[in-house]
Amino acid sequence: MAQFTLPKNSKYTEGKAWPKPEGASNVQEFRIYRWNPDDGANPRIDTYYVDRDDCGPMVLDALLWIKNNVDSTLVFRRSCREGICGSCAMNIMGGNTLACTLGIDECGSGAIKIYPLPHMPVLKDLVPDLTSFFAQHASIQPWLQTETAEPETEWRQTPEERSKLDGLYECILCACCTTSCPSYWWNGDRFLGPAALLQAYRWLIDSRDEATGERLDNLHDPFRLYRCHTIMNCANTCPKGLNPAKAIAEVKKMMVARAV
Amino acid sequence: MAEAKVAPRPLSPHLQVYRWSWTMAMSIFHRATGIALYFGIALFAIWLVALASGPSAFEAVQWFFGSPIGTLILFGYTWVLMHHMLGGVRHMVWDFGYGMEAVQRINMARFTLVGSITLTVAIWVIAFLVF
Repeated sequence: MAQFTLPKNSKYTEGKAWPKPEGASNVQEFRIYRWNPDDGANPRIDTYYVDRDDCGPMVLDALLWIKNNVDSTLVFRRSCREGICGSCAMNIMGGNTLACTLGIDECGSGAIKIYPLPHMPVLKDLVPDLTSFFAQHASIQPWLQTETAEPETEWRQTPEERSKLDGLYECILCACCTTSCPSYWWNGDRFLGPAALLQAYRWLIDSRDEATGERLDNLHDPFRLYRCHTIMNCANTCPKGLNPAKAIAEVKKMMVARAV
Repeated sequence: MAEAKVAPRPLSPHLQVYRWSWTMAMSIFHRATGIALYFGIALFAIWLVALASGPSAFEAVQWFFGSPIGTLILFGYTWVLMHHMLGGVRHMVWDFGYGMEAVQRINMARFTLVGSITLTVAIWVIAFLVF
């Protein structure tokens, strides 16, 4: 049975309000989830103030500004700062997205609220434990599988066959979609989630791949695939504009097509 | 060697912080109306049992369903039924892979609510005009 409330050790409280930058006229308030494994206390929400005139335009810029100027203990993942590595995925203003591609101006008025990706074990502050997420990705065997003897050069594909991978290959595995899915919240131990299933479809629909039957067998399970109830949070939240819900619908159609 | 002591990891907030979208709301409405239909069908069963039991039982049940509270319950049941029906149609369309693009999916979710209310009101207006 799904637990809709947070466990006792996960309930968060009001935290510290950090000082406003001195002499700044253009200040933006941030309310950020903090948890430190070393102090044994419950998570808390700290308030920070960022000098917009001294800070870049993106939410990630603001996080870096806070880390550099206010509180060096704030922990978050980041790397490429251009929406291709997927490291800075987090819950900003109630939706999952990449901090590096979301402008501070796009967050509306008032304080900007930032939490880790939802319903995940927290390692520290905004860093969730993605071990299970990547294990699920590995379980769909995300590589080309063939039986035909390998060709002298590369495996050939027509432009039409290649175009079927558009909208799939762009996935950066940032986990925004998977952690936005209520079905995954309640059954994340057995349901593969939108990201892994979109990746599964990326190999199912690849004209060069010859393990389609085995791949479908692996997904033919009441939980792995069929816990998707078309809630569509995945498609609504994907920072790359992809549509995992549609990919999953296509996998379900392939299941039916091979059964009739 | 001293063991590293790590506090049990908290679960990050989910329902508490996630922004509601039309598709998410209509998904939970579909589940809720589906459960409500189980109780709704009991109303119909009570009516049939009363019909089989004889005139006095039937009178009593008819009186209850005709009373303001009974009418309100039947009105609510009509909406639940209409909402679940349109939700079912929506999910069937999605299962065929249609209507899943950004604007379409939000509009389809909106239509479920608007359509179910419209249908419910229409049914009751017609019912009052005819009977």
